[in-house]
Amino acid sequence: MITHFTPYSAVAGGALIGLSAALLLWLNGRVAGISGIVAGLVPPATARIGWRVAFLLGLLIGGGLYALWLGHVPPVRLDTGTPLLVLGGLLVGFGTRLGGGCTSGHGVCGISRLSGRSIVATAVFMASAGAVVFLLRHVLA
Amino acid sequence: MRQIIAALVSGILFGLGLAVSHMVDPAKVIAFLDVAGHWDPSLALVMGSALAVMAAAQRWILKRPAPLLDGRFHLPRRQDIDARLVGGSVLFGLGWGIVGFCPGPAIVSLDYGVPAVAVFVAAMLGGMILHRLVGRAVAWRLQEADG
Repeated sequence: MITHFTPYSAVAGGALIGLSAALLLWLNGRVAGISGIVAGLVPPATARIGWRVAFLLGLLIGGGLYALWLGHVPPVRLDTGTPLLVLGGLLVGFGTRLGGGCTSGHGVCGISRLSGRSIVATAVFMASAGAVVFLLRHVLA
Repeated sequence: MRQIIAALVSGILFGLGLAVSHMVDPAKVIAFLDVAGHWDPSLALVMGSALAVMAAAQRWILKRPAPLLDGRFHLPRRQDIDARLVGGSVLFGLGWGIVGFCPGPAIVSLDYGVPAVAVFVAAMLGGMILHRLVGRAVAWRLQEADG
């Protein structure tokens, strides 16, 4: 599917994400790592669940506000069949826990702290994602 | 209570950021990952912009003795690069590349009424539960071996 480079919305959205992560660290001392926040709610949940639920609720409110401002829901173009969709979800859930983070925790928060672990993790998941996309779109397609 | 409001506001900004930047659209993510296709570098600018803001703010935030609403900063302390970090990241990347969703955008997209998004999020939670079960089984095995 062909998409177009959207530099202004990318920079604006990225700045909001950076601001969100900075706010959570400044106020609560927490890392805005979404896979970790979600995993903390998987039963049996750990003691501190209030702020995690609030953050995830905020994600939904933020997405809803954007749709309200836009006047319609933005495109979510998923062209993956159910078996691959389930496999992909399992890999994302399992992999982010084993690797200790995802695009937000390692990619934004960790790299901005110059954490070696996060730099390696981000390079690795970018590479494996690029490789599987190449395989699915150019070799097997 | 104040921590909960802070997390809510932070979550709203994050969700808004993912939606504004079009990262809730898997086609945009796949188009970034597909360097051999019609490459769309938007995702790199999203990450670059988020990193620039966070890195600048963090220099100031981490000079403070503690966060405003908590006794201490809850930062990861590990520095070793082990097989779990690398293996887990390989698996995460495979799932991310297959679908075009990482955890944040998948959750935000639940808002937009696409049934497949709920399937993905359910499978993602399943993967997290599976990780916990496997971890427990391995710990039990190790304990048995020790005893």
